[in-house]
Amino acid sequence: MNNTVMLQEKKTPAGEERGVQRPEQRRGWLQPQVNIVEGNEGYVLEAEMPGVSKEGLEILLEGNELTIIGHRNNGLEGSQLVYRESTDRDFRRNFELDPAIDTVRISARMENGLLFLTLPKAEKVKPRKISVE
Amino acid sequence: MENGGSDVFNSWAPALDLYEGKDNLVVTAELPGLKKENIDIALHDNTLTISGERKEEKKCEGSQTSRQERLFGRFTRSLILPKQVSSGNVKATYKDGILAVTLPKAEEAKPKQIEVQ
Repeated sequence: MNNTVMLQEKKTPAGEERGVQRPEQRRGWLQPQVNIVEGNEGYVLEAEMPGVSKEGLEILLEGNELTIIGHRNNGLEGSQLVYRESTDRDFRRNFELDPAIDTVRISARMENGLLFLTLPKAEKVKPRKISVE
Repeated sequence: MENGGSDVFNSWAPALDLYEGKDNLVVTAELPGLKKENIDIALHDNTLTISGERKEEKKCEGSQTSRQERLFGRFTRSLILPKQVSSGNVKATYKDGILAVTLPKAEEAKPKQIEVQ
């Protein structure tokens, strides 16, 4: 069992957040719920972002810091909102990446409001079996 | 219940919103990461019930979960609609993880303009 947290949340002090806030977006962000699975080949991060389309998704990478942002489409044309449980805040969350991740090969896919982020490990850090001559 | 009643501890419920237009009511539910075929919609006595299941995908061998925040399993939400609807022409769409159920208002619930003679 590997106890080192390799893909961990990064806490950014208030006022130092990256990512463009839209004018209507002054109420802060909502953290998407995530699952992170680590395998030999790398990590898969799943983030729940209902109402976010492919176009509304922003993934920023700066050094070892990964930021995911999801802008959602709010409202329904020609209709009035009479009861609301959801929030209109956009999604945002920060992660500090394992240095073993090959950032060039990070890929993302959106499927039914769920973001799948694949973060492969660099070839040299993958576990290998060395045969004895 | 498949796992002996422990569903109680990991049950989840989607957030619902209700919109009203001139001719329709629209109920939306936040359901990220479901499959269309795992969502059920029922209308009974002007109560809309949305239920279904979010299934956990099988993990690859040798992989381990280092963070688990997403909830899986069955859910049910019911909403008593504030206006009478006609069950005949209810439509539902599922896009970007949002389910939208459009329910046409019954004739008697629609606003009427009365002309002065």
